[in-house]
Amino acid sequence: MELAVFYFFAFLALGSAVFILLTKNLMYAAFALFLSLVGVAGLFVLSGADFLAITQLMVYVGGILVLIIFGIMLTRTPDKTDDSQSANRILLNSRRRFWGLTLSISLFLVLIATITQATFRLSGMPIKSRSTIKTLGVELMTSHLLPFEIAGILLLVALIGAAYLALNRSPS
Amino acid sequence: MIQPPAIPEIIQLIPLKSYLILSTALFVIGIIGVLTRRNAIVIFMSVELMLNSVNLLLIAFSSYRSDPTGQVFVFFIMAVAAAEVAVGLAIIVMIYRNTRTIDINFLKKLKG
Amino acid sequence: MLTDFGILLLFILAGLGLLGLILGIGRLLRPDRPNPEKNATYESGEEPVGNANVQFNVRFYVVALLFVLFEIELIFLFPWAVVFGNEDLIQQTDGRWGWFALAEMTVFVGMLILGLAYAWVKGYLDWVRPKPAIPATESPVPAALYEAINKKYESKTVNKT
Repeated sequence: MELAVFYFFAFLALGSAVFILLTKNLMYAAFALFLSLVGVAGLFVLSGADFLAITQLMVYVGGILVLIIFGIMLTRTPDKTDDSQSANRILLNSRRRFWGLTLSISLFLVLIATITQATFRLSGMPIKSRSTIKTLGVELMTSHLLPFEIAGILLLVALIGAAYLALNRSPS
Repeated sequence: MIQPPAIPEIIQLIPLKSYLILSTALFVIGIIGVLTRRNAIVIFMSVELMLNSVNLLLIAFSSYRSDPTGQVFVFFIMAVAAAEVAVGLAIIVMIYRNTRTIDINFLKKLKG
Repeated sequence: MLTDFGILLLFILAGLGLLGLILGIGRLLRPDRPNPEKNATYESGEEPVGNANVQFNVRFYVVALLFVLFEIELIFLFPWAVVFGNEDLIQQTDGRWGWFALAEMTVFVGMLILGLAYAWVKGYLDWVRPKPAIPATESPVPAALYEAINKKYESKTVNKT
């Protein structure tokens, strides 16, 4: 049962990712990214990270994807010839297909070869599946305190920088 | 007498290697996207895919070793990814405003 | 935990199945006779001009950006809120845990409030309002003359009645 659900979500994530690669329409790519992120969230649940799955849905689907779609809408060259009945199409091209594919697939083969040859020694107690949110909270407040505060500074810097970049007209 | 390390119950359901292969495949798809697409926003999406595959890998290892550190890492990666997307898209919007295009083939001015 | 999410998955699947079922029944039952008038965006309304896919105002992007960054802050608040009032932890540390966690979160939230205040002061949150132009007529006749005529006829009409 779990294996079937795993394969379903894995297929969802991988299939939508391949669709992002192949599609020429930028809007379709954004929605395929949505499906891929949902698939990865399902896989998070299956590997016992329930809070992170919810986080994935909130941050990536609810936030980052919306931001990307806003980015698509902001960088669109208006086409005067379009009438109101035509579909919303933003077409794209690929480049350097041969070298990109060769390089990436050879990297994939090397990694797969490494993975299949490796033997992982598993350790630890048997996991009773339980919520991880409490563990995460204690970890954040104790051993990962400095990264936590640095993340706050990073968010502050990103807020100021991005708002400045987006709204200030450059002199040129 | 040394006890053999206990095998987590989740491994009996889904083997770790399928997680590894899946996240490798997602990562490579992201790399192909970065290398072959020309639109800056699609390159952005591919980077998000790569980040997601790494997150998946970290979570799989963290739950197989019953060590919560991996999940905390994923938490921070998500925060960094949000900041990265915010600033990156703002840069893309600014580039678009100055050059009226986000095709990266037009952005070769820095080339020596 | 997996069983809880299994229920969630069942809900999603049932939702998708019911949606497909209802749309499928509708597709089977309804007559299909399209014409250009029916296919218009607003069937008996405004004729739309151009494609819906136009360039947006960049201010929407800034609002979405602030939303995403504060959502991340919210996500960080959740695990903190779960362990913040934990009695075991407070007892183990003689009550210092609660103050410690509160101080940490105050620093974290304070930094983001600083960012919000910066954006507010710099005017990134202000929406540019359209300024209605009040039409001004330039007439060679001075305004006092109009006033005088108005007054003259006003007294006449009052007398009539």
